Amino acid sequence: MADFNNTNLADFSGIWVFCEQRQGKLQPTVLELISEGRKLADDMGVELCGLLLGGKGVGDAMAKDLCAYGADKVLVCEDDKLETYTTDAYAKVICDTVMAKKPEIMLIAATNIGRDLGPRCAARLHTGLTADCTHLDVDVEKYAAFLKEASTLPQEQLDALNREDRNLKMTRPAFGGHLMATIICPRFRPQMATVRPGVLKKGAYDDSKQVVTEAVAVNLSDSDLQTKVLEVIKEAKELVDLTGAEVVVSVGRGISKDVEGGIKLAEELAAEFGGVVGGSRAAIDSGWLSADHQVGQTGKTVHPKLYIALGISGAIQHKAGMQDSECIVAVNKNDGAPIFDVADYGICGDLYKVVPLMIEAIKAAKAAK
Amino acid sequence: MKVIVCVKQVPDTSGKVAVNPDGTLNRASMATIINPDDKNAIEAALALKDATGCEVVAVTMGPPPAEGMLRELIAMGADRGVLVSGREFGGSDTFATSQILAAAIKKIGLDDDDIVMCGRQAIDGDTAQVGSQIAEKLNIPQISYAAQITKDGKKVTVKRMLEDGYMTIETQTPCLLTCIKELNTPRYMSVGGIFECYSKPVDVYDYNTLKDDPLIDPATIGLKGSPTNIFKSFTPPQKGQGRMLDGADRATCDELAAELLKKHII
Repeated sequence: MADFNNTNLADFSGIWVFCEQRQGKLQPTVLELISEGRKLADDMGVELCGLLLGGKGVGDAMAKDLCAYGADKVLVCEDDKLETYTTDAYAKVICDTVMAKKPEIMLIAATNIGRDLGPRCAARLHTGLTADCTHLDVDVEKYAAFLKEASTLPQEQLDALNREDRNLKMTRPAFGGHLMATIICPRFRPQMATVRPGVLKKGAYDDSKQVVTEAVAVNLSDSDLQTKVLEVIKEAKELVDLTGAEVVVSVGRGISKDVEGGIKLAEELAAEFGGVVGGSRAAIDSGWLSADHQVGQTGKTVHPKLYIALGISGAIQHKAGMQDSECIVAVNKNDGAPIFDVADYGICGDLYKVVPLMIEAIKAAKAAK
Repeated sequence: MKVIVCVKQVPDTSGKVAVNPDGTLNRASMATIINPDDKNAIEAALALKDATGCEVVAVTMGPPPAEGMLRELIAMGADRGVLVSGREFGGSDTFATSQILAAAIKKIGLDDDDIVMCGRQAIDGDTAQVGSQIAEKLNIPQISYAAQITKDGKKVTVKRMLEDGYMTIETQTPCLLTCIKELNTPRYMSVGGIFECYSKPVDVYDYNTLKDDPLIDPATIGLKGSPTNIFKSFTPPQKGQGRMLDGADRATCDELAAELLKKHII
């Protein structure tokens, strides 16, 4: 297997995006990857392909959207055995197709499925995989411009970058977001990355784009499948849309003395802005809020217009998920809490006393407007 | 039957993270802990041991002091530990790490009715890749994000979490499972376990122990054998200094509301 990747890197060309679908529904984050892939493909002057696996008819259902968001072509692998995701079937079909067609870059959404599939494929293909990326570049000028904004590296280091470099530069937070690292995979192809959902921006929908598909022959037998999916349960509970919300009010350990009261206050405050309630890892680990509410390195990354942190100390794991919010307000009893380092406005006080006053003040400000 | 649990000793990133001037992590100044998800993997293994009497082997790759963590795991109930340690292994990315751990698991011996368990991901790298990659190198099925595990003979049934629900998946041993915190509540070390933890074996596997395995090739392990390299590491710029508002009364809140109004948020 290793011989395959040790062949000439120049044999590899084009960018692929794995188009994850569940029960016949394209995962929305795939369109973010298609839009990002489009930009990279334009920088490199190569083709952008969607790689779509599913049951019969999946290509007809999804190729149009994928092309409208920027794919030049959709490679469609249809088989009854691909209707529901299994690691075995998907990894085999993807690796077979990669070996046959040799893309130089493959992007996968860092969902629970993508993070199961990506490493299995990378290990089989003998190539590198960078997990949970938040920024991608090929073009060095663009990468330098990104570093100028997003890092404290001195200008000399940015000037010294080799402008000819065409490797994919995959940037991700490390150690709970305290450090950023740019990873490369210079010796093997394809260069693979899983990309954090909700971070890259979805581009414009262009209805006029031609829909181009290519059917890929699927070669799967029962003996390829070592796991069997007995059931897929979609939980009925309404999941909170943290990444789409314009205002997020989050609670942390500071509500421990009256959990119900604290959450109620957060809900009332969020309601003033039409926002939603989130929580720190402490709030989720303590069982106060369900996991879909978690903001942070292991939860969701949010960048709302307004983020209000109530009783959250601001561990780096939390800050990693919210520090890019446009405006941050923090309320905490401890004036040394690290959350105040990233807050635009800090109030040192008891949230149970401050939040009701805040709600009154906001109501008054709205009325006076 | 046995359960082999892969465990990692990690810096405690929940507190203050110390960074060297060159942008790398100052590990020496930070406390180390057992990676939290790995504790759920150990607990799942120990629960199987309680039910079936199977053997539990904890394996870790790391520097020699990681032996202390293996002793802790033995005090929790593991039967023995394996420390995979060697200069040749240093600087491995997830691909190279999985080559080495897969070779170590083969050396321990993976029998027909055995299970390998890992935590979902480690808090230092947050990649969640090594488990799946070990499964591929061992050519065994994997089920990640396990929130419930039942074993009946060679049949293993797992509730595998998704963002919007879950799947129930069935497979056969030998297989690899990655465990999440919803799976269980890890037990503490027992007093008896602490007394006995130094009387149970911890084997050390170095390069020479594993070098006959085809997975252990200088071209596929360590820094040189890692497909990925760090190109740059950097710290994000500090956000422009915000300000602390005076007091915590209604006037303070009015001042805040005025600022939010100015920014067109209200």
